[in-house]
Amino acid sequence: MDREATRRANRRVLRNTLVVAAGMFGFGFLLVPIYGAICTAFGINGQTAAIEAAQADKVAVDKSRQVTVQFHAIVNDKLPWAFRPVVSEMKVHPGEVRTIYYTAENLSGRDSVGQATHSVTPDKAAVHFKKTECFCYRQQALKPGERKQMPVRFMLHPALPKDVHEVTLTYTFFNAAAFAVSN
Amino acid sequence: MSTTMTHDAGHHEEHPTGIKRWLFTTNHKDIGTLYLWFSFTMFLIGGTFALVIRAELFEPGLQIVNPQFFNMMTTMHGLVMIFGAIMPGFVGLANWQIPLMVGAPDMALPRMNNWSFWLLPFAATMLVAPMFMGAHFMDGNGPWFGWTFYAPLSLQYNHLAYFVFAIHLLGISSIMGAINIIATILNMRAPGMTLMKMPLFVWTWLITAFLLIAVMPVLAGCVTMLLTDKYFGTSFFNAAGGGDPVLFQHVFWFFGHPEVYIMILPAFGIVSQIIPTFARKKLFGYSSMVYATASIAFLSFIVWAHHMFTVGMPVAGELFFMYATVLIAVPTGVKVFNWVATMWRGSMTFEPPMLWAISFVFLFTIGGLSGIMLAVVPADVQYQDTYFVVAHFHYVLVTGALFGIIGAVYYWLPKWTGNMYSDKLAKWHFWLSLVSVNLTFFPMHFTGLAGMPRRYADYPLEFTRFNQWSSVGAFIFGFSQLLLLILVIKCIRGGQKATSEVWEGAEGLEWTVPSPAPYHTFAIAPEVK
Repeated sequence: MDREATRRANRRVLRNTLVVAAGMFGFGFLLVPIYGAICTAFGINGQTAAIEAAQADKVAVDKSRQVTVQFHAIVNDKLPWAFRPVVSEMKVHPGEVRTIYYTAENLSGRDSVGQATHSVTPDKAAVHFKKTECFCYRQQALKPGERKQMPVRFMLHPALPKDVHEVTLTYTFFNAAAFAVSN
Repeated sequence: MSTTMTHDAGHHEEHPTGIKRWLFTTNHKDIGTLYLWFSFTMFLIGGTFALVIRAELFEPGLQIVNPQFFNMMTTMHGLVMIFGAIMPGFVGLANWQIPLMVGAPDMALPRMNNWSFWLLPFAATMLVAPMFMGAHFMDGNGPWFGWTFYAPLSLQYNHLAYFVFAIHLLGISSIMGAINIIATILNMRAPGMTLMKMPLFVWTWLITAFLLIAVMPVLAGCVTMLLTDKYFGTSFFNAAGGGDPVLFQHVFWFFGHPEVYIMILPAFGIVSQIIPTFARKKLFGYSSMVYATASIAFLSFIVWAHHMFTVGMPVAGELFFMYATVLIAVPTGVKVFNWVATMWRGSMTFEPPMLWAISFVFLFTIGGLSGIMLAVVPADVQYQDTYFVVAHFHYVLVTGALFGIIGAVYYWLPKWTGNMYSDKLAKWHFWLSLVSVNLTFFPMHFTGLAGMPRRYADYPLEFTRFNQWSSVGAFIFGFSQLLLLILVIKCIRGGQKATSEVWEGAEGLEWTVPSPAPYHTFAIAPEVK
């Protein structure tokens, strides 16, 4: 190859590899929605949990078995709240819609905003844990010393695998002051 | 290194002298030299951090540094060794050797080559600068969140922007270096050198360069997400704002796993150069070596989640990543088999490069086997974040990547300086390193299996004896490396003159040019049969 041809070939490699590098930079960000899509597909992070109330009522109740649902509450140490479920566990039939409450209390002397995340164990039960209403769908604001009861309406879908006898629902409340939106 | 002698081709050897030579150089040999000295400097700095860690862990309890400072040491040791020592070390070898091995007069894009090196000192400065930014040095103000900088922990760090921009610069430097290497290999080969005639060091670097271009931008994206999470109110990784910390691990390890092969593939190439020379046989299974390297590179993209088996993953995901990971043992096994088969019935001699290459094959395989243990999900749940992991990755990175680089230096140093080095000093360096590196890292398998977690400044009493062995070994290993420094300086200053072939029967274009390699080589491309 003569000198000029080599120069042109080198420039071509430079251009192509830079395009690939730029594409991979974009791909790094694309991993965010890909991750979200995979979580939805596998029911990770409770992303398949939401269901319309009207739809939930149509689901047939499976009276033949009962599943124990345990409720669990965690507060991230950046948030000065007390947070606990009113009842710690209950037995439900798959398909029946139940309402439970969590209470949250602002222990600090300042206005405070929290955002809860949820998780369901065991993993294979997560896709079948349906909620028509949850305090975790939006931020919760508490004034100094304010205490509030927050409902969760949920249902275990009858498609829940037969070998699951216990399901745990966990909420973690994080300090969302930095991300506060006015409801 | 002065290269003012003229050689047969009779063209000019002139270049600026003093600091200007090094600042403005576009010569692949000068830039290779700069990379290698930079790498060695960072190796000593990162090694010093390691010795602080080992000094603190000599006894249980807190003796020398506080836990924050200790965490900073583990973090900085990892970052400096990976991005400062190992990666630039390989790029330095590529700069020196690839043009010589493919018969090219220089790298394809020489001015970009200069730029990609000179970003490094600034990146390194930015990386270590926060260490000196607190009221007291001993407070540990540098990065302290582990080299993997998991969010949201790393988001709590005050000087995060320094870290992020240092990583950006290091990434840009690596990408430019990789582009240069690809262009050189694809476009600048001597007539007659087909792809399947290329020396394996060139092949492994070509594949490594593609890995770099594929994953360094993902790392850049990952740290950019951290940057915007920290300073611009996004919440990629912050649960309070709807983000997800586990997402961080996926993005990071999508870069991180190919990265570990970036740090080992060139060493595979080096060993594949050295062993045939000193076994006086052709490399066994040349084409299978090429395909094995390419397979390892491909597999590296689909195994990342084996670093995060304990985050809570669907069983199907765990199984997929476990099987894919174990599959890597196949091409790696092919390579080890080929190296051993090359030595089989060869007329072996044990010059210093060969000693490093053989110990590489043996010790890297130990690291590979502990890797298979870690790939098995139920076992990994036990080993995760223990010293067993530390033992594993030091066997593949110290006795793997680093031994490869040192072996390469011993192999090509006479070509670079024109002088043979002291065999006696080289043997001392090798044997002290070999014994001490095993004394350091082998006991970590046991402390890890017994449950000692990594990244803590303290440990229960029962781990004391093994930790003391590790600490003693680490100090011997660390100080032994000064022998290499002495040996290299002595070799630059003089010694028995090296022939152009240097090693009896060595094959490859680099052995056809005089020693030391003149400032300009292959102005007229050689013909490869």
